[in-house]
Amino acid sequence: MIARVIVTPKPVVNDPQGITVKQGLASLGFREVVDVRVGKYIEVSIEGSSEHEARQRVEAMCRQLLANHVIEDFRFDIEPEHKRR
Amino acid sequence: MKFGVVVFPGTWSDRDCGWVIDQVLGAELTYLWHKEDDLKGCDCVILPGGFAYGDYLRTGAIARFAPVMERVGEFADGGGLVWGICNGFQVLCEAGLLPGALIRNASLEFRCEWTNLVVERKDLPFTSKCEEREVIRVPIAHGEGSYFADPATLSRLEQRGQVVFRYCDPDGRVVPGANPNGSLHNIAGIVNARGNVLGMMPHPERCSEAELGGTDGLKLFRSVAENALKVLVS
Repeated sequence: MIARVIVTPKPVVNDPQGITVKQGLASLGFREVVDVRVGKYIEVSIEGSSEHEARQRVEAMCRQLLANHVIEDFRFDIEPEHKRR
Repeated sequence: MKFGVVVFPGTWSDRDCGWVIDQVLGAELTYLWHKEDDLKGCDCVILPGGFAYGDYLRTGAIARFAPVMERVGEFADGGGLVWGICNGFQVLCEAGLLPGALIRNASLEFRCEWTNLVVERKDLPFTSKCEEREVIRVPIAHGEGSYFADPATLSRLEQRGQVVFRYCDPDGRVVPGANPNGSLHNIAGIVNARGNVLGMMPHPERCSEAELGGTDGLKLFRSVAENALKVLVS
């Protein structure tokens, strides 16, 4: 199965990338944009575990490496492989 | 007195640190490859600047898993002197040896320039050769050096006097205009509560000879050379 992890800067953390992208969008005419936050998307392929087990493992991966709890939040979903194609 | 300089794939300030230790200070030097499993009897370990493991995922995120880092953690726990400079500071934060994190500069720029730092602690093994609230000139070179910590951590750092260096103007005033990267409270360097693990974004190894425009950095190397053995004995 595939875990799709999304890591974002915490709301209290300044995100200069997001601010810059927002300015870029505004200069292209997308005036409706009020905020942009830039994060990361990580796909983790996992073998041989139940969805429940995979969920616990991915949670641990996020806490230990994929996200830095000081500055980032994470969320993820898990998709069985066969649904993917 | 023996300095160990850690070399990760992607480290580039190791030779600059080594030069100061070996050629300017005249102290014993050994390089510690990231796969090393012992610290070869070092009295102070330096984690130098660069982009360890390409800074993949986040700055310092992968470097902290290097075999040598386990030994560095034990060394720090035992009271040994550990000194992270620039990328080394980022690695120490990721490894949990120092609180907080370094994020992208607020200016959106990679900043490579001279800064003024006010030395707020001179009772540390790293700063004993500095004067009380001395202003030292030390260059920075980083894109992700903006110090961040949550409000509780930040106030704990301040209460315990763990902020060692703050960006300031030439007269030692800690003002927003002197902050090159958006660091909270103008923080340029912090120490752990015990006082044996220092992390700083500026590069003292780049200002340890007059030919390079300044020698303030050498004060820190001299402090460590003088104190490292005492620290381990005590």
